Amino acid sequence: MSNLSVAKRISQTQTQVVLPLMKKLAPQLILPIVGILVFLLCWHVIAGKIDTSLGKFPGPVQVYEQFNGLVAAHVKEQERAAAFYERQEKRNAAKLEKNPDAKVKIRPYTGKPTFFSQIVTSLYTAMTGFALASLIAIPLGIVCGLSSHMYSAANPLIQVFKPVSPLAWLPLVTMLVSALYVSDDPLLSKSFLTSAITVALCCLWPTLVNTIVGVSSIPQDLQNVSRVLRLKPLTHVRRIVLPASIPMIFTGLRLSLATGWMVLIAAEMLAQNPGLGKFIWDEFQNGSSQSLSRIMVAVLVIGLIGFALDRLMLAVQRLVSWDKSAVLR
Amino acid sequence: MSIASHLELSGVGISFPTDKGLFCALQNVNLKINKGEFVSLIGHSGCGKSTVLNIIAGLYQASTGGVILDGKEVNEPGPERAVVFQNHSLLPWLSCYQNVELAVKQVFGGKKSKAEIREWILHNLELVHMTHALDKRPDEISGGMKQRVGIARALAMQPKVLLMDEPFGALDALTRAHLQDSLMEIHATLGNTVIMITHDVDEAVLLSDRIVMMSNGPAASIGDILDVPLARPRDRLALAEDPAYNKCRQQVLQFLYQRQQRPAA
Repeated sequence: MSNLSVAKRISQTQTQVVLPLMKKLAPQLILPIVGILVFLLCWHVIAGKIDTSLGKFPGPVQVYEQFNGLVAAHVKEQERAAAFYERQEKRNAAKLEKNPDAKVKIRPYTGKPTFFSQIVTSLYTAMTGFALASLIAIPLGIVCGLSSHMYSAANPLIQVFKPVSPLAWLPLVTMLVSALYVSDDPLLSKSFLTSAITVALCCLWPTLVNTIVGVSSIPQDLQNVSRVLRLKPLTHVRRIVLPASIPMIFTGLRLSLATGWMVLIAAEMLAQNPGLGKFIWDEFQNGSSQSLSRIMVAVLVIGLIGFALDRLMLAVQRLVSWDKSAVLR
Repeated sequence: MSIASHLELSGVGISFPTDKGLFCALQNVNLKINKGEFVSLIGHSGCGKSTVLNIIAGLYQASTGGVILDGKEVNEPGPERAVVFQNHSLLPWLSCYQNVELAVKQVFGGKKSKAEIREWILHNLELVHMTHALDKRPDEISGGMKQRVGIARALAMQPKVLLMDEPFGALDALTRAHLQDSLMEIHATLGNTVIMITHDVDEAVLLSDRIVMMSNGPAASIGDILDVPLARPRDRLALAEDPAYNKCRQQVLQFLYQRQQRPAA
């Protein structure tokens, strides 16, 4: 057997192994990577050709640099905070040594919020608004789904308020919070409440509408089972209505969460609530040569977090739903 | 004073509002059923068989007349008139055991202990030969098995009357025969009063003590009632040769295809 034919056979077996593997991986792994690479390339080429008053439009490389810069700033700020607390502790310890009855206190660090602490604030605000909306929307949706009278009463209001933009609500919510939430030592800051309530007002609707549809489309036969068994209203809701409408409720919750996350950024920009929205606004006002890159970092991070939140809801749905065979996307 | 019958329908009629005014679906249905009797309702589709059953179940309210069960008027659904639905109607998120459990806990909640409840659930699933699939969910078992669990759930309510709405209509012929045998066995053991809707002439004759044949709608009513004078237990193979069986069959077919022409479908 010549060397050549051996080499040929090896390459044949290689293609036999590699090709099917490629075929299997292509849709899940390779194609998305190709898509991302093409996007990055287009972005890089096009960005280089655009001049703005703040310099060239940032390409992927500049954005990556700024991301690293933001990470570094965050680490530095954390070190500063740690040092600040350490100094206080030392000072307090010294004070206590001199006089054991001395009153000591730790002052909170009031440094500038970093990009990452802004993300945490944003997530916290969005989750508060989303939880608030779900707590209202799911019970209300069940009631409207069960009773056609309630539905007729609520439907016009739902249809009118559903399409309202968050920016329209914001001034009203701001004034309401200022007027009603009066406290000398507020537990929650007003700007936080304003943003959270605005988010809640906007992401109420998908959950509400989907819950109504889910509850009102429970098969008549299952309702008859409940009637024959004379299930009490609350048992009926718990044993029949909730399990039957879980898929629709989750469809609504996922839409709501996406809406809420989207609305939050706009609300934070206007309410000046610390968060990603304010970060973007501040960078825009700042107008340095790095601002556009930093805003682009924020844009990408907002997108990634939105995606992660949706996956999280999907995982929760898988956990809660009885129908494990259903295809969830 | 004569002994009042177990279940009595007197002058039952029902109308539904439609765009063209009231539609009278049923009119003047009178029927007396004795305890332990097996009665079939047969008729062409759309003749109001299911409506009669739903009125007895209390799921519909009769517009005229009424239903009396053991001296009490029926005006809402309840577990003493358990229904076996055509498409099983098991809750898809509960296992077979849990489906029956829901009914048993609802009916015997305060009256039986935990152990007794469990025993009663298993006993009823045993009656329909389904103890091998206790933890399976409805989508994991066959159509016939689902219907068996549906029957177990209804039986577990210990109903005065068992109402069956075309219980075997969606099953293939072999499965149907198995379930008919199971049903005869259960009826012989428990002596329930059963009212069953069917399209199947053989099924009606095989299972019933009386066959109620319904005339066509609108304003459908009872056309004729046929007594089935066959001794129990009945065996489907032996009956095939039985002249009395064939005579009954003949009479039902005659009613359906000569006296009540099939409505233009």
